[in-house]
Amino acid sequence: MHERGWWERFRRSEDAAGLALISPTLIVGLALLAAPLGLMVIYSFLTDSSVPASVEWVFTLENYRAIFAERLYTAILERSLYVSVLVTAVTVLLAFPVAYYVSFHVAPNRKSLWLFLITIPFWTSYLIRVFLWKVILGYNGVVNSGLKTLGLIDDPLSFLLYNVNSIVITLAHAYAPFAILPIFVALEKIDRSLLEAGQDLGESRLMTFWRVTLPLAMPGVVAAVLIVLIPTVGDYVTPEVIGGGKIPMIANLIQNRMLGLDNRPLGAALAVVAMAAVGLLSLAFVLANRRFLKKNAR
Amino acid sequence: MKSNGFGLKTYAILYLVFLYAPIVLLPLFAFNDATIISFPLRGFTTKWFEAMAADTTLRTALTNSLIVAVTSAVAATVLGIFAARASTRYDFRGKGPIMGLIMLPLVLPDILISLSLLMVLLGVGFTLNLGTVIMGHTLVCTPFAIAILTASFNSLDRSLEEAAYDLGEGKWSTFRLVILPLVTPGIVSALLISFTISLDEFIIAFFLAGNQVTLPVYIYSMLRFPKNIPVIMALGTLLVAFSIILLTLAEYYRRRGIAKTGGKDTGGFL
Repeated sequence: MHERGWWERFRRSEDAAGLALISPTLIVGLALLAAPLGLMVIYSFLTDSSVPASVEWVFTLENYRAIFAERLYTAILERSLYVSVLVTAVTVLLAFPVAYYVSFHVAPNRKSLWLFLITIPFWTSYLIRVFLWKVILGYNGVVNSGLKTLGLIDDPLSFLLYNVNSIVITLAHAYAPFAILPIFVALEKIDRSLLEAGQDLGESRLMTFWRVTLPLAMPGVVAAVLIVLIPTVGDYVTPEVIGGGKIPMIANLIQNRMLGLDNRPLGAALAVVAMAAVGLLSLAFVLANRRFLKKNAR
Repeated sequence: MKSNGFGLKTYAILYLVFLYAPIVLLPLFAFNDATIISFPLRGFTTKWFEAMAADTTLRTALTNSLIVAVTSAVAATVLGIFAARASTRYDFRGKGPIMGLIMLPLVLPDILISLSLLMVLLGVGFTLNLGTVIMGHTLVCTPFAIAILTASFNSLDRSLEEAAYDLGEGKWSTFRLVILPLVTPGIVSALLISFTISLDEFIIAFFLAGNQVTLPVYIYSMLRFPKNIPVIMALGTLLVAFSIILLTLAEYYRRRGIAKTGGKDTGGFL
């Protein structure tokens, strides 16, 4: 009796209505995302089996020990984190002035056009875009042949391709709209009268920017950082195509260990370590900026 | 103000040049009469487009990609409607974590999504084919669909819905007769964006497609052979043109949707 009353109340509540409506999407998310990721974590604590494409259900920490004991693994991990931090810094710093320009200097009816222009390159074949950077930066590429025609160099510059710089340029290009859009949204929310007030009270334009605009834009900057930092750690295509497979990042290593060498537990452990590292990095960044985030939430 | 704005404008235009630099090269090399992709250009030709049209593997890959993209777009949009409607209309326990899980593919590296899904699918005994690619693509397209649809549902005036209830309509008929027509532009826009994402997605298709090749997987295999590159440039040119048309349509519907519900245009897909 009591039980049914509770159920009846639940059935008619907003909780039930919301949960029922979201359940199809949630079930798909649980089955295709949460369960696989959970299994990945479990695999990372299991033992590799000599039978192809399988694991032995024997609990071990050996995979994690192997990762931190092997210089190759930690070096690739460090490189991936270094590349993604560098890409994030470059992308966000380059993107901020563009977002600022569109928000503060473009006429309202032309803002959509600018955003449209910024997003179009993002929607064109990722693989082909990455490959074209190889064409631009390559030995006989656009940059080198251009500089040669101008007589600025005699021999092609070889530092452009097959190194970390070229990966950074390519990824900064690929993630540009992901950085611009959140910053733009945050800038759009700023009450323009605050800026006028700042200047009326005798602040210079630079100081108004530093003390009013930038703190209010920080939620957008934080979002931009996270949305660039986390996926770039696991980029697979760019090191393959641009780096010619010579400068692997963690995604290439995970793929190689999991499928190439058929060591699923080790691959899974590498994935867990990489995600934990980038997760901690993101958390540290969010915490370092929490005063900006709090202020805006109120 | 003037001088400051001018400097920024110059910078913004240079930034656009950086964004478009690789894409501008596509048609140049697609019509260039040389196998090697480098300057100076050698003269005009359409032979790469002809070679592309004659390539039967490419045609199969394109068909596969279209099947995957249409199915994933529809699935992601339907799932997106459920989630966006639930999150904008109701407050329920666990909403934060649930939405967090559903939106997670937006930031999670594709390699993790595809490899973890691969382990589970193989473990459960699935054969890798277009169906498994569709599962992966639905998962990654859904957050984009939700982002667009949430904006549509948010701009709805709650009183319209209440008026329909007062006039004796039920829950479902209110949704069908009042809400659905108002969010249709958002739905079309979500479909187009999901379609475009799926059509271009490489990593998940690469790991989950088995022997059935999609267009990006085919492109990837072609990029290894220098003699195939001009054909890829021709294909890329067509894909860019096609994407621009689709995105213009998506943008048109998105704006019309906002105008329809009387909202303010905040711009952007994300």
